[in-house]
Amino acid sequence: MDFYGFEPSSRLFLGTAQYPSPAVLGAAIRASGVEVVTVSLRRESGAARAGQGFWELVRSLGVRVLPNTAGCHSVREAVTTAEMAREVFETDWIKLEVIGEDDTLQPDLFGLVEAARTLTGSGFKVFPYTTEDLVAAERLLQAGCEVLMPWGAPIGSGRGLNNVFALRAMRAHFPGVPLVVDAGIGLPSHAAAAMELGYDAVLLNTAVARAGDPAKMAAAFAQAVAAGRAAWEADPMEPRDMARPSTPVIGRALLGDA
Amino acid sequence: MTVRIELNGEPAATEAATLAELLDEKGYDGAVVATALNGAFLPKGLRAAAALSDGDAVEVVAPMQGG
Repeated sequence: MDFYGFEPSSRLFLGTAQYPSPAVLGAAIRASGVEVVTVSLRRESGAARAGQGFWELVRSLGVRVLPNTAGCHSVREAVTTAEMAREVFETDWIKLEVIGEDDTLQPDLFGLVEAARTLTGSGFKVFPYTTEDLVAAERLLQAGCEVLMPWGAPIGSGRGLNNVFALRAMRAHFPGVPLVVDAGIGLPSHAAAAMELGYDAVLLNTAVARAGDPAKMAAAFAQAVAAGRAAWEADPMEPRDMARPSTPVIGRALLGDA
Repeated sequence: MTVRIELNGEPAATEAATLAELLDEKGYDGAVVATALNGAFLPKGLRAAAALSDGDAVEVVAPMQGG
């Protein structure tokens, strides 16, 4: 499994927003051993130059960056943001978000496909933030995406996997495509569940950044993702409705009234 | 000659003739930034040739925390 030719040793990707301080962000990234972090672009003031220090910090961590187009609601905004991100971050990776609805931050799948087609056409390696919709997923692949990132639940909600049925169907439908559950993860157990379904990686931010101890939580997520992956590789048993004794019945001593 | 533009959504006056000069004038020298002029991406290499006129909208963005 690789993401546009890159094989990370950690299947956990982390966002860099909402940490109490840059030092805590650095500690969380180091504690988790992640190799891919998401970043963004915002207006820079020539007086404050706030982005410069942040960029130095990220560079010092030696991780690969995945710039996003967060907050973009139109194809044009998303494409322009991606072009600016490619120049600033010197990478052709882009986490493509085209938001369609503000209460759920649900992606606008129509705009997403259109933006993805434009960007892959100009050489971008697109990581589309999408839903579990199989038709949209197929269109994104046709548009040149080689990775899909369905949501687990709405961004920042921490609800975990809202639609396990659909996520399982997506995994089964696209066996060879790298799939990342992006957004909605609240607990390490949610991340483990995504990996147990056979997802290739998990991307999250708030659950770590807003934890009381982000570095400790980041490490917990790293362990959960590794455990979930190992479980998937180990081919889990199927659940069943009836009990079945795990201890052999044959050879049981005849005792009491039976 | 003074040109009146919008810089990151705020009205701004500048003596700069080009986008490259504007960045120097407004304190961005040496900063890692990307630029857009009137909504379209303007690559670094084209800033020196990008003349500014009254009413132009300039966006200057830099790395920021993201999820």
